[in-house]
Amino acid sequence: MRGTVRWLWAFAAFGALFAMIGLVTGSVNLSLAEVWNAVLHPGEDTAIGTIIWRVRLPEIATAAFAGAGLAAGGLLMQTLFRNPLAGPGVLGITSGSGLGVALVLLARPLWAWMPLPQDLMMTVAALLGAIAVLLLIVLADRRVGDGITLLIMGLMVGYLCSALVSVLQAASGAEALRGYVLWGLGSFGGMDLPRLPWIMVPVAAGLVVAITLIKPLNALLIGDDQARSMGVPVDRVRRIAIWTTGVLAGTITAFCGPIAFLGLATPHVARAFLRTGDHRALMPGSILLGAVLALGCDLLVRTSASGTLLPLNAVTSLLGAPVVLWVLLRGRKWARPA
Amino acid sequence: MGTTGMTQEARLITKELTIGHGEHVLLRDAGLSLVSGSLTALVGINGIGKSTLLRTLAGLHQPLKGEVLVEGKEVHALAATERARLISVVLTGRPQAGMLEVETLVGLGRQPWTDRWGRFTKEDEKVVHSALERTGALHLRQRTMDTCSDGECQKVMIARALAQATPVLLLDEPTAFLDLPNRAEIVRVLRGIAHDEGKAVLFSTHDLQIALDLCDRIVLMRPDKELWQGDTREALASGVLAEAFASSGVRFDAAYGTHRFLP
Repeated sequence: MRGTVRWLWAFAAFGALFAMIGLVTGSVNLSLAEVWNAVLHPGEDTAIGTIIWRVRLPEIATAAFAGAGLAAGGLLMQTLFRNPLAGPGVLGITSGSGLGVALVLLARPLWAWMPLPQDLMMTVAALLGAIAVLLLIVLADRRVGDGITLLIMGLMVGYLCSALVSVLQAASGAEALRGYVLWGLGSFGGMDLPRLPWIMVPVAAGLVVAITLIKPLNALLIGDDQARSMGVPVDRVRRIAIWTTGVLAGTITAFCGPIAFLGLATPHVARAFLRTGDHRALMPGSILLGAVLALGCDLLVRTSASGTLLPLNAVTSLLGAPVVLWVLLRGRKWARPA
Repeated sequence: MGTTGMTQEARLITKELTIGHGEHVLLRDAGLSLVSGSLTALVGINGIGKSTLLRTLAGLHQPLKGEVLVEGKEVHALAATERARLISVVLTGRPQAGMLEVETLVGLGRQPWTDRWGRFTKEDEKVVHSALERTGALHLRQRTMDTCSDGECQKVMIARALAQATPVLLLDEPTAFLDLPNRAEIVRVLRGIAHDEGKAVLFSTHDLQIALDLCDRIVLMRPDKELWQGDTREALASGVLAEAFASSGVRFDAAYGTHRFLP
């Protein structure tokens, strides 16, 4: 456990470092002193203050929360389905959210009469999409109960959702289409200070719930019935975990786009560092590491950007896909038959 | 064989227990009792319902009728945590928990006793340590599960059940897939747990030889007949085993308690 605590501190330190670099660098490079000054005086209407408070701080906060939330959701799914390849993206959960978002962004005439802010609509739609897919997966898991089928189902749901989105795209105007395509590339930017709570509050709540599930998640590692025999209310834990993942993936997807691989890969990177399957280490580890990796990806996106923005999804896929390949190739520890 | 000096009392009893799946009844109106300090083998042919009986006794499967009582409490009416303090279970199959350390896995057995975060007290640590010691798995405690052999893995799972500190311990085919020396060792561990710690231990097995040599009592499930239970010697003498396992290819030698395979 002592090694674990040291790693957790290291993750936190890297997170702080990346966040600091994120505040200093960008289209305009600032000095640490300038940043510090701007952070201490939030009210002042200076150019630097504007950059820090309107652009960079919100982006960093969004990245950290999104990374942490996706990683926690990925870990929840992997333990729940006892499948190392489970994650919000692979199981089609983000696709479900994507469909929800597409319905809001592309079929706006349908909603125009509703007196609700678009942020709320997007969150709710993405959430409903995520949870609908999750419920479908739970049903499938009960009926077939085999990991491969589940993953293929997730892929199929993904295709189905993107097909529906294509239909919507064909029928929508250029302006709406542009908005949707940009959203699909993924980005931690574009959130300003007043909109931050939309993502921070649900994600923080989801993280708190995920942390309270640590004890029963550990029991689930040795099987549902075995966990039941130790007094774990398995069905309730499953329900809570699924809703939590839905809220996490749904909210994050609504605001940042369908971010690939972070949720799936981060728990594996955490396992590689912490060398344990114990959620007392893995859950905080994945949460912190998720934030670190998201901040890192965001830095890559922004520093590469001299005029053209590298899509966030390209960066997360470039980093995440090799991790998954590595898991598949050395998956002995996970994929050992029962 | 079963006389250990400890007073033996019924830890688990069933009243008119009828089990099965929906319409399919596997066992009718059974009155089973497991006594403290004794190791009981549950035997019967494939598909007769040994696993269902164990799962029903453990509270994991609803009985069609009747009750299971542990220390006077009806198992199926108890809160999950309270039940977990009375009955521990080792189910078949190797858990897919490759990256879990042995010590952490055994510590899971403390879950019904720890707070909501699963924090350990000195007492919890002591229980885990002695459970590992009792099953002969203490030297494995720093290893991860994926480095354990099948026999070691079974010991760890038994240690986990032991850490749960329950008066009743149920195991579903703990010796399946093990080689002869490992089978003998596992059952001797179970025997030690029953005799030295006064637990009521019931395990299902297809290994009649081991059941007859190492167990105090036998519970026999028979097709279309009621449950038979009694002392091991009685099981041998009365010929119930010979009858239950009679088939054209096997002859049961009651004098030695062994099978002869006929060509």
